[in-house]
Amino acid sequence: MAELIIFSLLHGLVYGLLLFMLASGLTLIFSMMGVLNFAHASIYMLGAYVAYTISQYVGFWPGLIIAPVVVGLFGALVERYGLRHVHKYGHVAELIFTFGLAFLIEEFVQLIWGKQTVGYHEPAVLAVPLFEMYGQTFPAYKAFMLLVSVAIFIVLLVVLTRSRVGLIINAAITHPSMVSMLGHNVPMVFMGVFGVGSALAALAGVIAGPSLGTSPGMAVLLGPIVFVVIVVGGLGSLIGAFVASLLIGMMTTFAVAIDYSFGQFFMDVGLNMDPDGVLSDLYTVTIAQLGPIMPYMLLVLILIFRPTGLFGTREV
Amino acid sequence: MLVVKDLNAYYGKSHILQGVNFDVKQGEIVSILGRNGVGRSTTCKAIMGDVEPHGSVMFKGEEIVGKKPHEIAHMGLGYVPENRDIFPTLSVRQNLMLGMKEAGKEGVWKIDDLFDRFPNLKERAENDAGVLSGGEQQMLTMGRTLMGNPELVMIDEPTEGLAPKIVEQVGELLEEIAARGVSILLVEQKLTIALKIAHRVFVMGHGHMVFEGTPDELRANDKIREEWLEV
Ligand SMILES: Nc1ncnc2c1ncn2[C@@H]1O[C@H](COP(=O)(O)OP(=O)(O)OP(=O)(O)O)[C@@H](O)[C@H]1O
Ligand SMILES: [Mg+2]
Repeated sequence: MAELIIFSLLHGLVYGLLLFMLASGLTLIFSMMGVLNFAHASIYMLGAYVAYTISQYVGFWPGLIIAPVVVGLFGALVERYGLRHVHKYGHVAELIFTFGLAFLIEEFVQLIWGKQTVGYHEPAVLAVPLFEMYGQTFPAYKAFMLLVSVAIFIVLLVVLTRSRVGLIINAAITHPSMVSMLGHNVPMVFMGVFGVGSALAALAGVIAGPSLGTSPGMAVLLGPIVFVVIVVGGLGSLIGAFVASLLIGMMTTFAVAIDYSFGQFFMDVGLNMDPDGVLSDLYTVTIAQLGPIMPYMLLVLILIFRPTGLFGTREV
Repeated sequence: MLVVKDLNAYYGKSHILQGVNFDVKQGEIVSILGRNGVGRSTTCKAIMGDVEPHGSVMFKGEEIVGKKPHEIAHMGLGYVPENRDIFPTLSVRQNLMLGMKEAGKEGVWKIDDLFDRFPNLKERAENDAGVLSGGEQQMLTMGRTLMGNPELVMIDEPTEGLAPKIVEQVGELLEEIAARGVSILLVEQKLTIALKIAHRVFVMGHGHMVFEGTPDELRANDKIREEWLEV
């Protein structure tokens, strides 16, 4: 039991913080520009592939730095020369634009790198177990992922709450035109936020690639969950995104570890069920099998009982 | 210092500003008066580039139509909007810091001077600006714009909805601003302060100016006052 809790906690933390790296950019972009960026997860995937290619030539570590920078610049250009022009046609046009971008990136990735999972691996130093407990090992690479995402979280927090740029971003979330009339270049701040948000997504992709597999499906695997995270946390709320990321991260990893079925539950609470009855299929469903749909169940519950999300102020 | 010629502006298809002409000279206090909805705020926003302007606006001899709001602000034009637009989630001090155009660069106006002048703001320096009273918010917005060292400041209905005592304080601050050599464009609906401190007044009708003169000339002109100002 202790083993299950410790390992699930650790894995949940790794997964949750990875989600946060994506969700933080997505929710910031949304709250500043009012755009739900459907291409965000595709940018995450692009980060992994770009880093993979760089790692082929100069190794893992340079890729870890260069790929987010390259993809971040790409994001900034997308905002400057794409989104900014689409903006005047309204939010629907912007939404469709990011949709198109998501497909474009996906096709591009398949064109360049193919449909198969590419062999993007962690560096040898990290391809070892960090520690062993109750016969289970915890990989050093997961600890590294944890380290990177915690560092990013701290940097983000400090920049947003302590720096002048953070002040400008916070003010521009509610009053963009007032901020620019005080002499701050708000369009450039928007471009910067989009760029940095993309870079963070790419960095998430870079560190997730060797662990979760670098394949054309990785965007679709994580994208919907990240949307769930920002809706559950409250659109536009960074704290909400953080809490929801960890919540969903923990929930999914714990669920996977629990081998407990409804039939078992009914038996434990003293109800005797007919194992061959009409509902017998339901009885054999285990919590582990429910794991992947749990975020969506949470989403539905939140939308019913708290449409603004946990920390949000506006309704979805 | 500010010369506005044939300024037009639109919200969608409605033609709000229909050829606005006026000017503000160096060191002058000019007031634009008019009833609700005649386009006074839109005039300020069009000058700042917040609403797309058509026509000509010369500031310090340079055409500013077509420039971005932040560029116009950097040229020395400040704007205090009527709805105050404080940043509610930032502290009072942070609001003032954002008024500075460059980090930590105070100019003629210092945060501490402002705090000495308005002890209420000082007391709440670290509180969220969202909790301030209407009068305090007005002082904060004016202070915030002043932190950017404007050479001309456009102030939109600073006394709206404020108690007489606070209105008086606003008047005093305006006089101090002028005393420091900053030109003022004061948009008002009530005549009290405007007629007391302005050198010249313009009356705005529907989308354009219908009167220009000194406060005394306006006082003497019953026809304009009845037709365009009194409710
Ligand atoms: N964002 C907007 N969209 C559409 N119409 C607007 C908008 N803002 C103002 N208007 C309209 O433009 C006209 C002028 O508005 P403006 O705010 O400039 O008036 P004003 O003279 O400042 O009056 P007051 O401040 O007392 O309302 C009004 O008829 C108003 O309804
Ligand atoms: Mg107005």
